[in-house]
Amino acid sequence: MTRLLASLALLMAAIATPTHAAEQVVAGLSQHSVSLTTNFSGSQIFVYGSVKHVAPAEEEAPLQVIVTVIGPAAPVEVRKKERTYGIWINGSAVRIDSAPSFYAVATTGPIRDILSFTDELRHRIGLDHVIKLIDPPEWAKDQREDYRKAVARIREAEGLYSIRTGTVKLIENELFRTEIKLPADLIEGDYSARIFLLRDKSVIDVFEDTIEVRRAGVGRLIYTSAQDYPALYGIISILVALAAGWLASAFFRTFFPN
Amino acid sequence: MTIYLPIAEVSVNAFILIGLGGGVGFLSGIFGVGGGFLMTPLLIFIGIPPAVAVATEANQIVASSFSGVLGHWRRGNVDVKMGGVLLAGGLLGSAVGVQIFSALRALGQVDLLVALCYVVFLGAVGSLMFIESLSALRKSRKGGGRVQRRRHNWVHGLPFRMRFRQSNLYISAIPPFGVGALVGVLAAIMGVGGGFIMVPAMIYVLGMAATVVVGTSLFQIMFVTGATTLMHAIYNQTVDGVLAVILLVGGVVGAQIGVRVGPRLKAEQLRILLAMMVLAVCIKLGFDLVTTPDEFFTLSGGGGGH
Repeated sequence: MTRLLASLALLMAAIATPTHAAEQVVAGLSQHSVSLTTNFSGSQIFVYGSVKHVAPAEEEAPLQVIVTVIGPAAPVEVRKKERTYGIWINGSAVRIDSAPSFYAVATTGPIRDILSFTDELRHRIGLDHVIKLIDPPEWAKDQREDYRKAVARIREAEGLYSIRTGTVKLIENELFRTEIKLPADLIEGDYSARIFLLRDKSVIDVFEDTIEVRRAGVGRLIYTSAQDYPALYGIISILVALAAGWLASAFFRTFFPN
Repeated sequence: MTIYLPIAEVSVNAFILIGLGGGVGFLSGIFGVGGGFLMTPLLIFIGIPPAVAVATEANQIVASSFSGVLGHWRRGNVDVKMGGVLLAGGLLGSAVGVQIFSALRALGQVDLLVALCYVVFLGAVGSLMFIESLSALRKSRKGGGRVQRRRHNWVHGLPFRMRFRQSNLYISAIPPFGVGALVGVLAAIMGVGGGFIMVPAMIYVLGMAATVVVGTSLFQIMFVTGATTLMHAIYNQTVDGVLAVILLVGGVVGAQIGVRVGPRLKAEQLRILLAMMVLAVCIKLGFDLVTTPDEFFTLSGGGGGH
């Protein structure tokens, strides 16, 4: 009897939580792996999906979609140039604890209008939440935001970060698609794609997937040998250089004697 | 045509790289400089991480200097004995230089040191060479005869005399060893072969016969950059094989053309050309130090690459 009551209570609780909303998101990516071959010059990932209506819609507010793709994160050192004795020199470094190597956001509308601050925080959507500077040095405490923003600005200029408002097309509140451009300067790692379905500024469902970005072909061979057999790799590099030097010399002597 | 570089982890235009390699190789063949003083800043400018640029550039210089040495060797323009003494000094100097580099890196001011080193040494060497060759050129125009450079200075009064037949010298081994060591220190700090300092030093300090200066300088550079490549490969894994191959294809061809074109140019004109190039790089770097930058912030990997 108590067990029945407990499960009933659980059921009630489940119905009350927003995660069991009337809609769910089902999505797919055009590719789950990207090969960084030597002729890699950037790529495009198509994200497409549909909204599954599990119960008849009660609310009239339109659905919204946000797609984010985030690359492997690493610490970054940021230095600010300062003028000293007439020349611009790098000041001390502020170590950003973590910043993604790639971050792309595509939305159906302006983030401020379609996403509440609470859910933005909860799901860590946007540059403010992915560039982490937890404990800046004492002297930089009041410039914390300047340093964080510098990372965002510089990486955006390099095409590594992008926030593209209105680039997700949602048709009939049911089908949506967008494309995420991957730049040529991509680094190896697992890129995580998340697709958020929203209504009334809150997230009602999330779909997650992973894109594996890996070196391939000759590039992979070169990278792994440089890592695993550094001395041998160095010697081979020198031998290749000597061979090329000799070859050019021999070639010119044969064909352009003087 | 863009190429993704597996170790630099950036994508670059292959034709730009081949062109850069060819241009720098050409200079290498003509002047006996490795070309690193031009190439390293250029590579960094097109977006190659500095650590990879320095290491890979060393590897390319091995190729272009070897190609150049072979050309000069056949003409009998390499003084192996002199090269050996310079090299002994060079290896010692670069070992010391690497230590200085690490110490300054710990202080966080290595970028500034490198930039200032470039400006000071390029400026000094460039202007000296420019003034000297300009006046030599003027004299040779007026007099018509060959310029007799001063053959006897303080250098010739030191002990441990050795005969360097091909250099047409009978001098103490200390000055060449010292020149090699000084160049080695600077080379390690600036990430270059050091030819642009060594060539003028060989001409003006040692008073070597002009014909063997270039070949002998390349001979020494080849070994120093070979050692540098190996050290970077072992300790930093920053030699990018793909980048190196692209650069050296252009580099070795350029060096061969340079070796053939060089002798047809007048020595004074040649030095003026090199002096102007050195000064141009110096002015560009100096300018960057004093002009207000567009972006005040710079990023570097947390690992602390320089």
